[in-house]
Amino acid sequence: MKASFFPGCSLEGTAREYGESIDVVSSFLGIKLEELPGWTCCGASAAHCINEFLSVSLPARNLLLAEKLKHDLVTPCAACFSRLKAAEKALTKESKEIDASTPFRGEIKVLHLLEFFSREDLIEIIKDQVKRPLSNLKVVSYYGCLIVRPPQITDAKNWEDPQALDNLISLMGGESIFWPYKTECCGGSLLLTNLDIVRRLIGRILDMAREAEADCIVTACPLCLANLDTRQEEIGKAKGITYNLPVFYFTELLGLALGLKGTQRWFRRHLTDPRPLLKAKQLM
Amino acid sequence: METKLISLPVTVNRDTRFRDLVVEALGEAIFSCYQCCKCSAGCPVAFVMDLLPHQVIRSVLLLQREKALSSRTIWICASCETCTTRCPNEIDIAKVMDVLRQIQVESGTEAKEPKVPIFHRTFLNTIKKFGRIHELSLLTNFLRQSGGISDTIKSGEWKNDLRLGIKMFLRGKLKLLPPSKKGVEELRKLFDQAKEHKKS
Repeated sequence: MKASFFPGCSLEGTAREYGESIDVVSSFLGIKLEELPGWTCCGASAAHCINEFLSVSLPARNLLLAEKLKHDLVTPCAACFSRLKAAEKALTKESKEIDASTPFRGEIKVLHLLEFFSREDLIEIIKDQVKRPLSNLKVVSYYGCLIVRPPQITDAKNWEDPQALDNLISLMGGESIFWPYKTECCGGSLLLTNLDIVRRLIGRILDMAREAEADCIVTACPLCLANLDTRQEEIGKAKGITYNLPVFYFTELLGLALGLKGTQRWFRRHLTDPRPLLKAKQLM
Repeated sequence: METKLISLPVTVNRDTRFRDLVVEALGEAIFSCYQCCKCSAGCPVAFVMDLLPHQVIRSVLLLQREKALSSRTIWICASCETCTTRCPNEIDIAKVMDVLRQIQVESGTEAKEPKVPIFHRTFLNTIKKFGRIHELSLLTNFLRQSGGISDTIKSGEWKNDLRLGIKMFLRGKLKLLPPSKKGVEELRKLFDQAKEHKKS
């Protein structure tokens, strides 16, 4: 199984453990994710706010590179996914913003990594290979915004109540808890400019996870994880609460459940240390 | 009997260019807004907005250019796409915010939340320079451009920021060296072309 891989900019930095766990898990599952040669930034949250042309042409460049290689383009980042999908839609309906000579034939698909890992054949392999079931681990799935919204761009089916992460958690033997904040916004794009707003949004999400009696949160987006993981202490302090809610990339939990090597190194990179919880649940 | 069409002289007493730009970007759906407020009710940042999303739509329809462009709302909007997703009349409200931001930036006036467009500009400049985002360069350039360093000292936030930075560094989450400038030449061309695609 082969796909082109668009890692996005944060995988070498703040989301390093996401990249590391993707490598280990995908090679175990026999998936070849080949990094798109010469990829450049998709423009993320910035381009569409101030420059319409760049908001399409930056991701479009990568899409065209990928089409030459004839494999579907998989990305682990919600923002990259959203921009690549927006470009896909714009190129297929001949947007006036894009050079009309740009030949995009729409022969490859853009997939978020979560979608890719939810393919039926992969689900079967994962089900067979679980070595260490996540027994008694109560998990809320956090999808955030751009993996699912707007459905006209993402082609998501259950945008108000997505299931892919929940399904994977159940598959791994964990307890997937329903909560109403699966797709609530964490304020990602405002992190560096309006920290007070972001703190309030994160605080609401953490409060809801507590109320749902979750042990931890699972996500599929670098910015969601950075926001939810790194600021628990300061937000909790202001409210007189200790959250201590580890936040995982779904690929880290897959690595754990499949009994793969390297999980320790990933978990060490988190600011809200997941190891005490995993030890208490006898998963480490 | 033959029907005769009478053409009446049209009196244009209002400049509709502002609204036309929005309609051009997302079609005529915006005219069907019946102010049900579903966008505002579901908006996660409505609590800090000076103009609620449904009011932004109305201000566009009423040609209230200044009201819309000088709002805090267009910059506080987190682009979470909840409004667009839920609008019963299929109005792409998040796109309206984008178009308004783009018009505001091109107008050359100061934004109500000046740090946000500075951040976006710094972000795009980082891409132009390296081809990809180098988080540390983005952060330091943004702090320099926005006067963020003195702000964080004044508010006392610097202690927290520094602590967070050190923690991230110790966990190997801060990549120090910038990327290798792949594809930068090609991107320069796109940035040049972008200049020719202005709204106004």
